[in-house]
Amino acid sequence: MAKLLVKNKDLVVPGEVLVEGMEYLPAGNVFRDKDKIIANTIGLVSIDNRLIKLIPLTGFYTPKKDDVVIGKVENITFSSWFMDIGCSNLAMLSLKEATSEYIERGADLGKFYNFNDVVVARVINVTKDGSIDLSMKGPGLMKLSNGRVVNVTPSKVPRVIGKQGSMISMIKEKTGCKMTVGQNGKIWIQGPDPKNEKKAVDAIKLIEEYSATDGLTEKVEVLLK
Amino acid sequence: MSYTKRNDGRKFEETREIKAEVGVIKNAQGSAKFQIGETIAVAGVYGPRNLYPKFLQDPEKGVLRCNYNMFSFSVDDRIRPGPSRRSREISLVTQRSLAPAVNLNEFPNAVVDVFVEIIQADAGTRCAGICAASMALADAGIPMKDLVAAVGVGKVGDKIVVDLDKFEEDYEGGASDMPIAMLPRNNEISLLQLDGELDVKEVKEALEMGKKACENILEIQRKALKDKYKGGK
Repeated sequence: MAKLLVKNKDLVVPGEVLVEGMEYLPAGNVFRDKDKIIANTIGLVSIDNRLIKLIPLTGFYTPKKDDVVIGKVENITFSSWFMDIGCSNLAMLSLKEATSEYIERGADLGKFYNFNDVVVARVINVTKDGSIDLSMKGPGLMKLSNGRVVNVTPSKVPRVIGKQGSMISMIKEKTGCKMTVGQNGKIWIQGPDPKNEKKAVDAIKLIEEYSATDGLTEKVEVLLK
Repeated sequence: MSYTKRNDGRKFEETREIKAEVGVIKNAQGSAKFQIGETIAVAGVYGPRNLYPKFLQDPEKGVLRCNYNMFSFSVDDRIRPGPSRRSREISLVTQRSLAPAVNLNEFPNAVVDVFVEIIQADAGTRCAGICAASMALADAGIPMKDLVAAVGVGKVGDKIVVDLDKFEEDYEGGASDMPIAMLPRNNEISLLQLDGELDVKEVKEALEMGKKACENILEIQRKALKDKYKGGK
């Protein structure tokens, strides 16, 4: 008989036993050790019928196919760019996927994207050995100039965006900033003046700090006034 | 010489007062402070990040790299700053005691750096460092099978005691100490060193006492981690 030792939305830490018995199945961020299911990160328990998983509260970005991310050029080779997208490996942007322009043989790739340029790109492939391919072909994918990039914990990105983009569009509207949120927790902000940019950054920091509390939207509204 | 009463009035199986705090270093991916009596350790975790030089990389799983350091003002007499024979040994045993708890299969070719700094030392620094490091790893979000709890046990005079302080380590009637680190869920021991002499019976008794102390430390570690993340923070 399976014994459930936690409730939905309980906060657990690594090594905590969630379930004893074989009736439940381990999903994300938990693992099975003999007949027990155990947490392997800090997170909130989510029980869905027989599936047990954790919603992580910390950690770093694990790239998934079709994620839109913000990256910075770290390295340029003869046929590709390598970008830092906030995970342990650099992501590759190949010539073919970089631009619709014709690139001549032996051209200086720094003319398209130079070192430290920040771009919005899409993840098109992730292999098991950790190599990540990016593409710049698609709507909204471009090189970013000016503005600033702030980092949030990747698991809090959904809160920054809000339901159907409600949170982010509110910040955009109130501060007049242009913003792009990458799934990797990097957020690009460009405002009409530094003051508004600062306001948008503060709002994001507030969301990150109070991400799981009630009345988050109101708190952000008060801040932006 | 018989040791009938402890210097600071503790019971023989009692640890010093423990304080734990998570998230003390803002720039680190994860960090923690662990204080046991007058011993204070701070740990910071950085990464997973690329590992150079490249020949150190492991294409199958990530590498755990630990560094233990004492601040020059951490002891009564100034200690010479920088790496030493002793700090290299402790870095190594810290790495080995944490390695069974972390799962780095998702991070091929990468490294997770753990820096342990002792800011105040009163014996038991490697155990305090391991406790702090395991909380910092959890705070960083590194997948872990269990937290690691560590404590020093040993013999002072003729008594087996838990968590020796500096006075007891230097006790004139003779003392041996045995730091242990555990993964408490499965009662696995990941660090066992011995400085001095203990016979088999004494080792067994000390281990039993150490196990109990580790369970208490685990509770404190869990509470510290939950305190940081409570309320959705």
